[in-house]
Amino acid sequence: MVFTEDKLKKVQEIIARYPDGKQKSALIPVLHLAQEEFGGWLSAEAMDYVASLLSIEPIEVYEVATFYSMYNLKPVGRYLFEVCQTGPCMLNGSDQIIDYIKEKLGIGVGETTTDGLFTLKTVECLGACGYAPMMQLGKHFREHLTKEKVDQIIEECRNRTTSLN
Amino acid sequence: MGRKLLLEKAHVEGIRTYDVYRREGGYASVEKAFKNMSPDQVTEEVKKSGLRGRGGAGFPTGMKWSFLAKPEGVPRYLVCNADESEPGTFKDRYLMEFIPHLLIEGLIVSSYALGSNRTYIYIRGEYAWIVDILEQAIAEANANGWLGKNILGTGFDCQIYVQRGAGAYICGEETALIESLEGKRGNPRIKPPFPAVKGVWDCPTVVNNVETLAAVVPIINLGGEEYAKIGVGKSTGTKLISACGNINKPGVYEIDMTISVEEFIYSDEYCGGIPKGKRLKACIPGGSSVPILPTNLLLKTAKGDTRMMNYESLADGGFATGTMMGSGGFIVFDEDQCVVRHTLTLARFYRHESCGQCSPCREGTGWMEKILKNIEYGKGKMSDIDLLWDIQRKIEGNTICPLGDAAAWPVAAAIRHFRDEFEWHVLNPVESQSRNFGLAHYADPRPVPVA
Repeated sequence: MVFTEDKLKKVQEIIARYPDGKQKSALIPVLHLAQEEFGGWLSAEAMDYVASLLSIEPIEVYEVATFYSMYNLKPVGRYLFEVCQTGPCMLNGSDQIIDYIKEKLGIGVGETTTDGLFTLKTVECLGACGYAPMMQLGKHFREHLTKEKVDQIIEECRNRTTSLN
Repeated sequence: MGRKLLLEKAHVEGIRTYDVYRREGGYASVEKAFKNMSPDQVTEEVKKSGLRGRGGAGFPTGMKWSFLAKPEGVPRYLVCNADESEPGTFKDRYLMEFIPHLLIEGLIVSSYALGSNRTYIYIRGEYAWIVDILEQAIAEANANGWLGKNILGTGFDCQIYVQRGAGAYICGEETALIESLEGKRGNPRIKPPFPAVKGVWDCPTVVNNVETLAAVVPIINLGGEEYAKIGVGKSTGTKLISACGNINKPGVYEIDMTISVEEFIYSDEYCGGIPKGKRLKACIPGGSSVPILPTNLLLKTAKGDTRMMNYESLADGGFATGTMMGSGGFIVFDEDQCVVRHTLTLARFYRHESCGQCSPCREGTGWMEKILKNIEYGKGKMSDIDLLWDIQRKIEGNTICPLGDAAAWPVAAAIRHFRDEFEWHVLNPVESQSRNFGLAHYADPRPVPVA
């Protein structure tokens, strides 16, 4: 388990943002890189590798990885639906959207479909309260969700998978 | 139409790019500050402007800057707090997404004032696409000589870096943010020492919110005294309000703090009223942690004065009959909304986001969520309401950072103003589980419009 040359160059760029000797500050961005590179989650092996890159102890990586909600500590599907359920989204029907996704994909919150494509996660406020209900999918927000939009998103993901395979 | 200082150019096509931003007068404040003003003079203008921190606490920015320790040979840092995670608050996202150069410009001038050669934007991890937008804007500013070495021949060097968080509301608290920037868990630090003395990597540090730093641009362009003439009293300048919930036009609005709450909710220029002819029941005007107010106290103060959209008027009456401007996260509830259910979602949020350092917060937020769940789902007892009140009192003021207060205040205000709704839930365990049912507390005098 190692980064590509491009990713290693990126790690060095990130470390250079901080004063000399403060390379631990690069930990959070480098963990994001590791999660992207190693299948969408952080295994113990991946975290140990990050520790070695930053010359810090593995425990320093574990304690950070377990604190922040964006790091996945077990495998997730290729498409991670992170649906916001906090106040303003709730006022605009996030409960119904979550129920619909469960029904449509046949999974509960925290579960992955048997084909490994979709994982459903509920999250707390993502800063899209005026565009609720919403979910995060990869790097982007999908806002003003309706059942029809959820159908389209699922379809879009399936089509993308077919074209990649 | 209120005066716009931050969003004036937001709808100019291509304003996200350097060329258009510059053509529209961008970076004039950097030229003015670097060519005609010393760093101390910049700080002085910010003091004169009366600018209060736009992240929620409302502390005077110029005063905060003047606290920065300046020991010889020790680097100083400016950190932009772009963590924005308070439910109801999405204004900084709008600024960064649509006018990124305004923030970069404000950061350059502020870095000059504070003597920060490395400045960091700490942004919440979920705003991943905005990281790309900011990095593009920083690259453009670099390419055009606004960043780097010896900027405008002043001998001042500055570089701006974006640091992405990874999903933790607590990192919006300045010392937790500093810990996170250092690559650690976002556990708040005990103060003192304050960051102005011992901040990131133990060096003097100022942490300011995105909107605050963007506001430095019009302050320098107009002059602090002119800026202070906009607004009213100690609520100077303009404020971004992110409006959401049951309104016709959710979005981000810039107000000059001279309009009433009623005008903000009902006028077409702003929220455009309540959808489907419903009546207004309540509102949280400053992000989820500030007290919810029922309509009668929202539109008028307890003294009967018109409630205005500014720091002083919103706070009039203290927490007994008033609330706070906070971050400007404005959440509106129509008459069908259930306060108990909403309070439960906020309790869940704060339980989820507690860092776990302090027992009252770690344990108390969990207990509040459990009790609220019982009440909401028909298993509550009348004594639970008093227990809930007691728990929030034991959290408030007893934690290292303000997250404990932020978790306690929504529960306290909900019980204070909507106690009969909690009691109704206990007395009607089956009916109360209906999702969109709450007792109507509206006191809106206007006739119900035809849908």
